[in-house]
Amino acid sequence: MDALRQPHSFPGKLIIVEGIDGSGKSTQLQLALRHLQAKGLKPFFTEWNSADLVKAVTKRGKKKMSLTPMTFSLLHATDFAHRLVHNILPPLKAGMIVLADRYVYTAFARDVIRGCDRDWVRKTYDFAPRPDRAFYFNVPIDVSVQRITSGRAKIKDYEAGMDLGLATDRVSSFKIFQGRILEEYGRIRDEYGLTEIDATLGIGEQQQLMRQMIDEALADYQPPHEAQQQQEAQEYA
Amino acid sequence: MSTEFHYLGHKMPYLPADGCTGRLIVIEGTDGVGRSTQSFMLKQWLEVQGYAVHDTGWTRSKLVGQAITEAKTGHALHRLTYSLMYATDLADRLEYQILPALRSGFIVLADRYIYTALARGIARGAEQAWLRDLFSFAVAPDLVFYLRLGVHDLVPRVLAAGKMNYWESGMDMNYGDDLHDSFVAYQSELINQFDAMADEYQFITVDARQEPQAIQRQLRRMVGDYLHTSGYQVTAEVADLNTLGKPAQ
Repeated sequence: MDALRQPHSFPGKLIIVEGIDGSGKSTQLQLALRHLQAKGLKPFFTEWNSADLVKAVTKRGKKKMSLTPMTFSLLHATDFAHRLVHNILPPLKAGMIVLADRYVYTAFARDVIRGCDRDWVRKTYDFAPRPDRAFYFNVPIDVSVQRITSGRAKIKDYEAGMDLGLATDRVSSFKIFQGRILEEYGRIRDEYGLTEIDATLGIGEQQQLMRQMIDEALADYQPPHEAQQQQEAQEYA
Repeated sequence: MSTEFHYLGHKMPYLPADGCTGRLIVIEGTDGVGRSTQSFMLKQWLEVQGYAVHDTGWTRSKLVGQAITEAKTGHALHRLTYSLMYATDLADRLEYQILPALRSGFIVLADRYIYTALARGIARGAEQAWLRDLFSFAVAPDLVFYLRLGVHDLVPRVLAAGKMNYWESGMDMNYGDDLHDSFVAYQSELINQFDAMADEYQFITVDARQEPQAIQRQLRRMVGDYLHTSGYQVTAEVADLNTLGKPAQ
């Protein structure tokens, strides 16, 4: 397989964002969505952990803290596969643009920090197509903590890696855990050629960079109806 | 006598490398060959001999056993999710049951193991290399018995048991027009896959056309011989039933 190492052959385009919590990646992707919609395109948006198939199991496992690094990883892989088959592959095959908030690289970082074998996690996900453009929003831990604690009620246990016993309070644990994830993301960025964006820049500045690179990635893209019209025009010519 | 754990491929860094004092015995085969009956009888016999036995079966994990059944009811499984859910089930049982039991000197008796997942996954079109890597976190069994039945001996048995259902017939794969044709085609493919694995994984193939008692006598003889020659002893740790149900790390 090893789909992640070679360009996919679908007519659609896959654009994904990665980064730790509080990196602002979701905000940026939403703005990119508006940009594409304003151009008259109809992109599909999808985020991790949205599939129903294993939601109840993951929730129950998290609540009882009975998930091990391996079952945590495999449940998320199951969820991802479900999402890929139902929400990502059909639009890609139909020639649509797919915007994904988090992709396999999230698992590569998180599951390895939790204790899974690096090569095993990569192989588990190697059925996933390579994105046409993958953005990595890099942010220092302190900025991320500040954004999260000011914006949301509180950090969740698994987000803070509380199951790893790194620290007794959530904020300290979050800092250590996400700090390790940042290191792992650095490795992944180099290994898979993710496009790094400095997430400490202003929102508008980041978005400008992102739109420029998305437009580049879409240079040869034809929306499905146009491609069809062209083909028909050729047939009747 | 404690030995190393032999993982099939990718050992998770946090799982134990040594301290294995038990033995892992697997009974494999397609549906309807009498696996569960044989496992049950073997367990009873071993316990009479004074061995502590922990039995574990496919999709019986606390974590996802129920979810797999539900997903199958809704036919919502794709070959990728199908294999990944099986892997989750096995990983949960490995960490909460199999490894702790092996550390405590139990004989772990597994009704189906990764070979069922490999055979079914391949029959559903998943890539063999991917499946093998996926399941490579598992510990290698000490003995694998393959109860083998040709597809034409299998059909009457499964029909008589009223078990020719949607999934056992591979109806999700459009193998054939009706349950019977699909069952024959799908189970034939599974048998081919098991046969192909037999040499590589050193299965002990048992002719499942024999009477159940005759099969059981063979299993007992081979298991008994193995336990005597492999240096397995009932250790003091065996009695420590409390270790079960706790993760291995």
